Amino acid sequence: MATAEVSNKKTLKVQRFKPSDNPSNTYLTDEKGVWAWMTTVDHKKIGIMYLVAVAIFFAVGGALALLLRTELMTPAKTFIEADTYNQLFTLHGAIMVFFVLVPSIPAALGNFIMPMQLGAKDVAFPKLNLASFYIYVAGAIFTFIALAQHGLDTGWTFYTPYSTESSSSVIWVTMGVFILGFSSILTGTNFITTIHKMRAPGITWGKLPLNVWALYATSIIQVLATPVLAITVLLLTMERWLGFGIFDPALGGDPVLFQHFFWFYSHPAVYIMIVPGFGIISEVISTFSKKTVFGYWAIALSSLAIAFIGFLVWGHHMFTSGQSAVATTVFSFLTFLVGIPTGIKIFNWIATLYKGSIKMDTPMIYVFIFLFLFSIGGFTGIMLGALSVDIHLHDTYYVVAHFHYVMMGGTLIALLAGLHFWWPKMTGKLYNEKLAKIASVFIFVGFNVTFLPQFVMGAQGMPRRYYNYVDQFTAFHQTSTIGSYLLGVGFLIILYYLMHSLFKGAKSPANPWGSRGLEWQATSPPDFHNFDHTPVVIHGPYDYHQPMEEFQLGLAVDTNGHDSETAKEVVDKEREQWKNYSLG
Amino acid sequence: MSNHSQAHPAHLQHHFVDSDQQFDAAKMGMWVFIVNEILFFGGLFCAYIVFRAWYPDLFTQAATELNTVWGAVNTLVLIGSSLTVAMAIRSAQKNQIKGLQINLLITIALACVFLLIKYFEYSHKLHIGIWPGAELYTYEGIDHPLAHVFFSIYYVMTGIHAIHIIVGIGLMIWIYIRAKKNEFGSEYYTPVEMVGLYWHLVDVIWIFLFPLLYLIE
Repeated sequence: MATAEVSNKKTLKVQRFKPSDNPSNTYLTDEKGVWAWMTTVDHKKIGIMYLVAVAIFFAVGGALALLLRTELMTPAKTFIEADTYNQLFTLHGAIMVFFVLVPSIPAALGNFIMPMQLGAKDVAFPKLNLASFYIYVAGAIFTFIALAQHGLDTGWTFYTPYSTESSSSVIWVTMGVFILGFSSILTGTNFITTIHKMRAPGITWGKLPLNVWALYATSIIQVLATPVLAITVLLLTMERWLGFGIFDPALGGDPVLFQHFFWFYSHPAVYIMIVPGFGIISEVISTFSKKTVFGYWAIALSSLAIAFIGFLVWGHHMFTSGQSAVATTVFSFLTFLVGIPTGIKIFNWIATLYKGSIKMDTPMIYVFIFLFLFSIGGFTGIMLGALSVDIHLHDTYYVVAHFHYVMMGGTLIALLAGLHFWWPKMTGKLYNEKLAKIASVFIFVGFNVTFLPQFVMGAQGMPRRYYNYVDQFTAFHQTSTIGSYLLGVGFLIILYYLMHSLFKGAKSPANPWGSRGLEWQATSPPDFHNFDHTPVVIHGPYDYHQPMEEFQLGLAVDTNGHDSETAKEVVDKEREQWKNYSLG
Repeated sequence: MSNHSQAHPAHLQHHFVDSDQQFDAAKMGMWVFIVNEILFFGGLFCAYIVFRAWYPDLFTQAATELNTVWGAVNTLVLIGSSLTVAMAIRSAQKNQIKGLQINLLITIALACVFLLIKYFEYSHKLHIGIWPGAELYTYEGIDHPLAHVFFSIYYVMTGIHAIHIIVGIGLMIWIYIRAKKNEFGSEYYTPVEMVGLYWHLVDVIWIFLFPLLYLIE
């Protein structure tokens, strides 16, 4: 070793900070009261506020879904009018996509967990973070104004020319979505900057938790795609309001141009929804297998690959819209490419399980549900990407079942895995494991009973969004409806035991799962500043073969110019990687 | 935190380790925001490209209605303001607070001149019946059935750009007030630089809008 290189190294004095199982001060005991919550810039509180908001919207969207399914019990009218039915499925879609799926994992769980995984005190722009929450609320208010007026019946996709002619309150909702987009953009901007600039000493890109990698890929999509949605809905609003003539064929515009604009955002948006779910799965699967994640870089980079390819496939939504044959073929081929990075992830997760010490706690059960459901969702997606098959399946229940398997079986199940995984960290309470397992059975069975029949009836020709149907589909529809009730029961059980845990649950230790993740080396619930020290990281986030003490290091506290007794120098080859960090 | 006891400068926010980290984070966030803005306008440029490819006649005919001279003057005004905002940043870096204030004032004035010229352009068009959208458009001077589409694109592009100018003026007034309170200097000039970056972006977008709308033949 040349001496010049050695002198480049920065020596850190570190000591162990074992997180207390009985913290006296937490983020919940500091800054109490409604006003303090509403004006807080603490990423943890903002994450919780998002979580509550998302849960409320999920309850609304879910209730709408149950109404829809109930109406479809009989082939003709069951109990609501056709116009109301149109509004119900539109609102179900719009609320679930824009108000639940997009913000759920990044803005709620990501906000809470990501800065802790980086060992940071907060995100890079805390005020912007709070602003993005209120922008989300403002977008929601616009949508509720639309509800109070004439509702919305265009489907969540706002296709022209119907959206420029419909008598429902399209402008209020498009403006709501426009505003909501800024919330998403600000979160993405904030996360990218945080991940680049706020990492604790020792957290190199190669030691970044996979959850952070997934959020990073998500943020890139948010930043690049959402502005295009903003301009699209703005143009749509102008089209409706002033008759711009860009999208409406009656005025010289082109409706397919709208579809291109819309899906240029909305296809990447499905990756905004699913990629953060992948991050959660990686965290949980490693923790409950007590094993290093298999293929760290493959999983990390495949998130970025999905983000990249996701921008090139939007045309597969327009195979039947009169797109040129060449374009359709290219889009079809590119669509298949998405299967590669996704498959890489699935195989690496399975390989992580191999010879692991698997513990079937609730978060892990949801991981298995995810692997099962998401794989079905993914494979059926490949079928829809195939040109000739898609002509037959386009706009049928097959598509409905496919994206519910991906969005609900993927994103929402991953959200449930993450929620159960981080619940003790967020609240400091344990939930009832037995009830949680019972609920997961309801969710899994209910989900499949709801959506498997939809694949079959879709393939047999049942179109989506129809109010009536021919008698041959009755059995499928009724099975599906019963399944949706089972799902509803499952979610009510979850609501019950989580609320019970919040008020009467047993106290959680700092690290109930024995995870090596940095967020678990803080107290439960965490300190107001996340850590009482500056964490120093020397191992990867999944190095379960290393002793726990070495994951609890922090910068040694300087006492009167002398090093603390427990402080020691870290002499490690890893140290070389720290030399670029400014430690202040 | 372990470094609580240390004194730190007033501008340093609590969650950053030091001023460098704060500045780097702000600058990176600003660049990501600029990427956002480009994608946002990108949608409009895309609409422009599509319609121009479909109706080249429409664009060459309709563009003659735009006043090239005033468009050129406005381009010069904005480029000038980009220079002065750059000088404002330089003044802040060199601790010349007076220079910072003067340069900001000149930039604000130039931005207002831009808006004034834009106002006269708009009001002339509205006066002769060139309104955005098919319903309000009444001008007969262009022999093309889709003349309103060109002006819809014109109004939405220049209109959103004008909104950015107005936001920029607001930001610069805010910076000016803070500069008056002596909050900036060579130690801390992050907001000045960020507003400067934003202003350059607004300028660059106009530099694309001007030839695309005014100078086509």
